[in-house]
Amino acid sequence: MVEPLPPHAVTPLTLRVNGTTFRVVAPASRTLLEVLREDLGLTGTKHGCELGECGACTVLIDGEPALACLVLPVEVQGRKILTVEGLAGAALHPLQQAFVDYGALQCGYCTPGMLLAAKALLDRRPRPTREEIAEALSGNLCRCTGYLRIVEAVAAAAEGGHG
Amino acid sequence: MGEFAVIGRPRPRPDAAARATGRTRYAGDLTLPGQLWCRLVRSPLPHARLARIDTAAARALPGVAAVLTGRDLPTRYGILPVSQDEEVLCSEKVRYVGDPVAAVAAVDEETAAQAAALVQVDYVPLPAVFSVDDALRPEEEPIHPSGNLQRAVALEFGDVEEGFQVAAYVREDLFFYDGSTHLPLEEHAVLASYTPEGTLTVWSSTQTPHYLHRALSRVLQMPMERIRVIAAPVGGGFGGKSDVLNHEIAAAALSRVTGRPVKCVLTREEVFYAHRGRHPTVLWVRSGWTADGRITALHLRTWLDGGAYGSYGVATTYYSGALAPLTYRIPHYRFEGMRVFTNKPACGPKRGHGTPQPRFALECHLDKVAQELGLDPVDLRRRNLVAPFSTTVNWLRVTSCGLERCIDEVVGASGFLGKHRRLPRGRGVGFAVSGYLSGAGLPVYWNDLPHSQVHLAADRSGRVTLFSGAADIGQGSDAILVATAAEILGLSPEEILLVAGDTALTPIDLGSYSSRVTFMAGNAALQAAQRLRALVARGAAARLEAAAEDLVFAKRRVFVRGSPDRGLSWPEACAAAEATCGPLQASGAYTPPRLAGPYKGSGVGPSPAYSFSACVAQVAVDEETGEVRVEKVWLAHDIGRALNPLLVRGQIEGSVYMAVGEALLERQDYRGGAHRGPSMLDYKSPTVYEMPEVEAILVESVDPEGPFGAKECGQGPLLPVVPAIANAIYDAVGVRVDEVPVTPDMLLRALDRQRRGEDARVGPKVQPPASFGPLTRVRRPEGWA
Repeated sequence: MVEPLPPHAVTPLTLRVNGTTFRVVAPASRTLLEVLREDLGLTGTKHGCELGECGACTVLIDGEPALACLVLPVEVQGRKILTVEGLAGAALHPLQQAFVDYGALQCGYCTPGMLLAAKALLDRRPRPTREEIAEALSGNLCRCTGYLRIVEAVAAAAEGGHG
Repeated sequence: MGEFAVIGRPRPRPDAAARATGRTRYAGDLTLPGQLWCRLVRSPLPHARLARIDTAAARALPGVAAVLTGRDLPTRYGILPVSQDEEVLCSEKVRYVGDPVAAVAAVDEETAAQAAALVQVDYVPLPAVFSVDDALRPEEEPIHPSGNLQRAVALEFGDVEEGFQVAAYVREDLFFYDGSTHLPLEEHAVLASYTPEGTLTVWSSTQTPHYLHRALSRVLQMPMERIRVIAAPVGGGFGGKSDVLNHEIAAAALSRVTGRPVKCVLTREEVFYAHRGRHPTVLWVRSGWTADGRITALHLRTWLDGGAYGSYGVATTYYSGALAPLTYRIPHYRFEGMRVFTNKPACGPKRGHGTPQPRFALECHLDKVAQELGLDPVDLRRRNLVAPFSTTVNWLRVTSCGLERCIDEVVGASGFLGKHRRLPRGRGVGFAVSGYLSGAGLPVYWNDLPHSQVHLAADRSGRVTLFSGAADIGQGSDAILVATAAEILGLSPEEILLVAGDTALTPIDLGSYSSRVTFMAGNAALQAAQRLRALVARGAAARLEAAAEDLVFAKRRVFVRGSPDRGLSWPEACAAAEATCGPLQASGAYTPPRLAGPYKGSGVGPSPAYSFSACVAQVAVDEETGEVRVEKVWLAHDIGRALNPLLVRGQIEGSVYMAVGEALLERQDYRGGAHRGPSMLDYKSPTVYEMPEVEAILVESVDPEGPFGAKECGQGPLLPVVPAIANAIYDAVGVRVDEVPVTPDMLLRALDRQRRGEDARVGPKVQPPASFGPLTRVRRPEGWA
């Protein structure tokens, strides 16, 4: 039996994610978060609310933090999208290493979003104050750590020379 | 610390890098070929009879594979044997907004949502109740046939009347602790795959794979050995994923009828309605005191607003009374408590399970007593502290107890005595203490089996694999188990492979709840490692021509004590043992000692060991806006032994964070049964800005039964923070808000009354009906009479 296809409009997309260009056809209603996770299999970006409230789906678009659940992929075709999968090379990114070393993650679910929000900050302000770190992370919720170690880890990554 | 190579050293978790790189696969990240998506159809009414469900339009939608209703899954279930009151899909009536009535499986999420909207349901509305007082009034129809009073408890240890008669001072207070929810960042997710051979595999974001396994078997009427439950890494639990939830069974049932994998991910709104969070609780405390500040009697009443289903609530009810006598030497104690059904999402266990509410009430009450008696609040506690290795009046066996040291540490570090009643108006400090269990002494269903079991396997390559049924919910239990084995085997934790939370591969562990994993699974891992070490020692001893008891296991080598050169590498030692003993496997188990007292209900409260905490909170109150800022929290925790101080400090900071939310912000609030703001923006939780500085102090009492002397740290540190903040607010501005969260409007109301010279207290004024039933008198343990 041939399964009838659901009646969704689809859009062809060209997306540059983590240095690779992907061509996908996805339902037009899908957010960037859904396309990353469902169509590209990049599940490192997390969904916590899909309403732009928790920060778990933070990615960088041309270096600026954006909530992937509020972005339509057609808007960002051709722009540079960075997800947590693109952060580490052969070794961990200094921010990732600091999160590991300082116990800045527990369940780890907010971590990808936190890392990218922090990266955007350090790219802009390599030596941020604690207040600037707090401001940069204030849109990202974490229920496990109480944030203290996350702030510590970002500060340590900055002091260690942000790669 | 010199005696250990791994234990006691701060160390990143072996799984941290996977989590930091996005490689960790949570349940919602999993996909199987041919997978369908499930959506639940949920009731928009808080209480209604189901007149008719018509699924024809949903079934006719292209892409829909199946629609189930209550008739398809008639077996009821519930986490506790005493409350098997839940249906996967309601068959006759709905009991809260969000109660599911149908489940749809379709080719994608969008189609499933569309199909769910096409299910036609006719409801006959019934009167709904939303508070303990309303629920206890005779209604046309109770929420469950047994009535809205789900459970009432009345226990007396000693004779409180006698205790009050000898008291020079008696005081009573009434409090309210509002409900809050876990708000894990990860929305609950499940993926179920049924095969034509009759096997079912379920991946779920669960803290309790074993209990889910049992419920699936019961409702689907499949033998447990045909079902495999895999606990995916949990993206935040805090108790919210320790109950079995409808969507987990619905997805499995849909997979069985369609023969295809079925995935279900709750929306954030659904997570708010799934709930199982903190019970809103009214508390009344009465205590008697000698003139020099010694307690003569305590009488505690608790009224728990349970929501629509039982969940863990009977246990919560007992917990709301069981741990109050843990910290103080109370000679006479009466506890009366009840849990009542209301037409709201079910409450259940949230970090501290039933004990933050009475701890808040008791510690604020003691602050008032201290003031009346002219004692400082620290001194009042010191005069009444529980003694190590003693039995409380309600039969709790206390072993190691570092409470006094915790008090010394926080009072010293915070300079409490120099600040209390001395800071300028608007700033204040508050003090409180608490105790918590290191694992429940009894499982949720009666059996005489081990609570935790661990297998270890090794081979000639030196590979060691640890198999544990425990679920890591972010607290780092995986790291603790491998560290335990590594310490015994002379390896580093990263060298041990872990297989966890998979009922097909791992031995049964009861789950990640009641702060039990480090203590119980840790003890099982310790025993398994000691047994594996003995096997390897036998083989190595033969090869080295030495006595097995003379061998040292360190730095991935096995060598003769005093002659480091006479030794084998770890793989060589394993190979020697494989030659001598055959395949290298060893197992360990942990069963807590039988500790229940001689009365019904005594199964809740006993634990093989208790942790203790003391807290000082410093706050600043803005009298213009009513806002409270927690500036700093000093928290000393008797951890027994810190197996990994980095993780212990993380648990303490996380506990403080969650307590700040409960003290000042978080409220699971409803209007007409509908959540007032089921979103992360409307439900106020602390951001990085609200988080205070935390000074965590680890006190090590080295428990005789804990693994390496360890006790719990995941829940206990939350308990004293809430009352410490409330007491600090009083110290800052001299008004009592006997209710949490202390919101700006409450505080402004209290300050306004204070300015007008009225009684400034804000809080509940009238006790709900005291229908606790007949009092059971329990004899006191030896030494009390």
